[in-house]
Amino acid sequence: MGYSTELKNHQNEQHKFRVRLVFLVLAVIAAFSALAGRFYFLQVYRYDYYQTLAENNRISIVPITPNRGLISDRNGIILAHNFFVYTLEITPSKTDDLQDTIEELGQLVEVSPIDLKRFKKLRSQSHTFESIPIRTHLNEYEAAKFAVNRFRFPGVELKSRLFRHYPYGTLGTHAIGYISRINENDLKQLKENNQLSNYKGTEHIGKAGVEQAYEEQLHGITGFQQVEIDADGRAVRVLSSASPTSGNNIVLSMDAKLQEIAEHEFAGRRGALVAIQPKTGEVLAMASMPSFDANLFVDGIDYDNWNLLNNSLDKPLINRSLKGIYPPGSTFKPFVALAGLESGKRQPPFAISDPGYFMLPNSRHRYRDWKPSGHGAVDMRRAITVSCDTFFYGLAMELGIDRLTDFVRHFGFGEKTNIDIQGELSGLLPTPAWKKKRFKQPWYMGETVIVGIGQGYTLVTPMQLAHATAMLANSGKSIRPHLVNAIVNSKTNQVSLLPHAIADQLNLSANNLEIVKLGMMDVTQPGGTAAAIGTNAGYLIAAKTGTAQVVGIKQNEKYNEKLINERHRDHAWFISYAPAEDPKIAVAVIVENGSHGGSTAGPIARKVMDYYLLGKVPVDPAAAAVPEVTITNAPEVEEEPHD
Amino acid sequence: MIRQLIVRFIRHVDSVLLATVLMVLVVALMVLYSASGQALTKVNAQIVNIMIMMGVMLLVANTQPQFIERIALPVYLFGLTLLLAVALIGDISHGARRWLNLGVTKIQPSELMKLAVPIMLSWYFSKRESMLRTGDYLVAGVILLVPVLLIAKQPDLGTATLVFASGFFVIFLAGLSWKFIFGSAIAFGAALPILWSMLHDYQRRRVEILVDPSQDPLGAGYHIIQATIAIGSGGMTGKGWLNGTQSQLDFVPERTTDFIFAVFAEEFGLVGCCLLLLLFTIIIGRAFIIASQAKNTFSRLLAGSIAATFFTYCFVNMGMVSGILPVVGIPLPLVSYGGTSLLTLGLSLGLLMSVQSHKRLVATD
Repeated sequence: MGYSTELKNHQNEQHKFRVRLVFLVLAVIAAFSALAGRFYFLQVYRYDYYQTLAENNRISIVPITPNRGLISDRNGIILAHNFFVYTLEITPSKTDDLQDTIEELGQLVEVSPIDLKRFKKLRSQSHTFESIPIRTHLNEYEAAKFAVNRFRFPGVELKSRLFRHYPYGTLGTHAIGYISRINENDLKQLKENNQLSNYKGTEHIGKAGVEQAYEEQLHGITGFQQVEIDADGRAVRVLSSASPTSGNNIVLSMDAKLQEIAEHEFAGRRGALVAIQPKTGEVLAMASMPSFDANLFVDGIDYDNWNLLNNSLDKPLINRSLKGIYPPGSTFKPFVALAGLESGKRQPPFAISDPGYFMLPNSRHRYRDWKPSGHGAVDMRRAITVSCDTFFYGLAMELGIDRLTDFVRHFGFGEKTNIDIQGELSGLLPTPAWKKKRFKQPWYMGETVIVGIGQGYTLVTPMQLAHATAMLANSGKSIRPHLVNAIVNSKTNQVSLLPHAIADQLNLSANNLEIVKLGMMDVTQPGGTAAAIGTNAGYLIAAKTGTAQVVGIKQNEKYNEKLINERHRDHAWFISYAPAEDPKIAVAVIVENGSHGGSTAGPIARKVMDYYLLGKVPVDPAAAAVPEVTITNAPEVEEEPHD
Repeated sequence: MIRQLIVRFIRHVDSVLLATVLMVLVVALMVLYSASGQALTKVNAQIVNIMIMMGVMLLVANTQPQFIERIALPVYLFGLTLLLAVALIGDISHGARRWLNLGVTKIQPSELMKLAVPIMLSWYFSKRESMLRTGDYLVAGVILLVPVLLIAKQPDLGTATLVFASGFFVIFLAGLSWKFIFGSAIAFGAALPILWSMLHDYQRRRVEILVDPSQDPLGAGYHIIQATIAIGSGGMTGKGWLNGTQSQLDFVPERTTDFIFAVFAEEFGLVGCCLLLLLFTIIIGRAFIIASQAKNTFSRLLAGSIAATFFTYCFVNMGMVSGILPVVGIPLPLVSYGGTSLLTLGLSLGLLMSVQSHKRLVATD
């Protein structure tokens, strides 16, 4: 009985299984019939079509490069655009003799040594089947001349290419950035981001500044044409196509005119300036001097210009506003002052009598004030106004290094501001832990003392200092600085404003803030360290001067500006915001080897604020002119003074 | 004596299967020779691969299905452990974590799961035979989905799909209710628009390109366009062996591996294509017959799943190359160049033969 049920069960199971199997068999038949049908469709019904395609040396997919988005300043002045130029290009693998071809071409149109050098460089970086420009910017006459003689030059083609152009040359190059030819590294990056097919026809990519950071927005979507080509590789017929989508346009927060004034006011000196709108974080100007002409990089920079830029002692290629790290000097004092007030270590009636130096207990080392005779009775407000070193030496000692750095870190020191372009450095806020790790040495009290006046290991970038100043002007509200205000969709013209990101909100006592702000306002009044800057301004300026030591001075030596090699002179700092009662602009300026903040850096900040707040253009005729469209070959290199 | 031994050894071989497979392999070597630009390097390497495959097939054909049944659980757990190891400490190459570095050699455990999963499931259902409840399907679902999700996370969606298919066939053949199958199909269909709306733009774009490669003619679409031209220009009788212009002139991509069918179709035409389809059908049909004659649940389910999986490979590959299915990297069984795929096939064919030749020896108690 048991046996027969199992057998029955077994047969039942097998039957059920076979039903399922039949279903699978039907699926196989259906699927294979579909395949057979597809083969019939391709190989019989559409045979002629595919046969023709295969016969005519098949088809080719030609990418259509999208127009790169434009970059304009906050007022719509175009800072980066594209235009068509004729270029002559050689595909080395298609020429019989490359040298002969170039020589013969040279008899037809001018090929300069610079063109040749660039061609050589590009050739070493490309495959032999890629076409490489030998001459760019051909005029109509030259283009026509070549077209007539085309048959003589196999492998040489006249192409019309879209070129990037920066109409104001050196203006704001470090902020705007530039594009340059795609190299191996870029290709790798594109592959990782799955962007390779979108860059099929693209030869350039953003390498610095906004051009790099907003590459994705600016580039656009590549279109394509499926074309039939003949044996010579010429397109005979377009089979299908999809048009490209242009890149989006970008509106900067930068004011080009303001930028121009700032750069001009440097008058050939090295340094950097950053101007920020405190309430929004908009970067109004970001100058790094000397600058360079971004147009040099677009069609591949030639060796001579590259060497000139790269080897210059002035380091024009370095963006000083983000990568220049300097000791903040006395511009650090307002922030140390706030640390003292907020921690309760210093309260308003407190004052010292300054003998002109500071000594640590149980030590005979004298920490000198910049004014050898001392400032007399000094309270917090006056300590800022006259930049009293002695006052801040003592304050730093009492605060201790950890409490001091913990507080000023809230103002962004020692950390990146996270501005929206790449390459920023984070500077340095030294701590005992850091020193232990870096030098394997203990921290000394004397090192705390000099941090109080922004010397020692402390390092900041101009961007950080501008950001901290803006934050102070904004009563402790930190807003991430940004260079791009809006992105304009190329298809819909829809403007998307980028939000102002509030990074942090410090809760500071209004009374304490008031003391520091009043101290800074007095700086530009008679008796302050930058009294001249406030003269006839017509608005109130809160400011602080500073000097950053380049070479240390020994205990019994005196700093004598005239005896020191120009490049060993102190760097001059100036930070300010105005109008002091309702800040609309915050500026940080450093002039390298400029010695005095009040006399070299301050005037630049004043001109910038004058223009932004009052619309005042400097009377200097050269600066008043709208920047001209010039393509210079190389920036001027300053003569290096020797002793 | 020796002769007896040989006879003993080869008597487990299924002559229909072997003959058909050999025919396909001969064609495959011819196409490979043509596709690799008439160089012998790859052909020789493939011959070695084929010999290894044959050895494995003979060996497995001689093992009893009961033995396979006994090692089902350990092998599955072993594979699962390796997959977990890959997820934790695997090597990353091309942005995916698929390989396990053993110091001497690297292994890809997901490959093992292509057979370990159906074997495991067949074992499970044969254990639960005659007391099968709905809950068992749930357990089976877990057995299937754990390795599939681990593989999908690597990410290797192609292999994950195939492992899922091979396991699903077992569950389907074990009698998963139609209600459930249709129910989940409808539920999935209904959920699609919601899933779609949850995707980012770039993710949607990727799916769109997967479904319709012609939208990305500079990337994936280029392969399909060129492969379609190769197939179409083959015509009724083909351009002849070694005469496929598309293939010989570098227009067909991956032409020794995933796209080798395009080379075949260009040179042998519709007639060749239909003959190849016929050979594949014979292999699949024979495997189905073996499954339907098998005398116990384990053998039956395993053989059925192997047959259906083999079919899936053929269909997905040829469908992809001829442009009716999305582009997923799946080789054409027996034809594409590559040792791993042949090794797995050798194991599968061996299992089929083992089931067939041991069916009479299986006790029916």
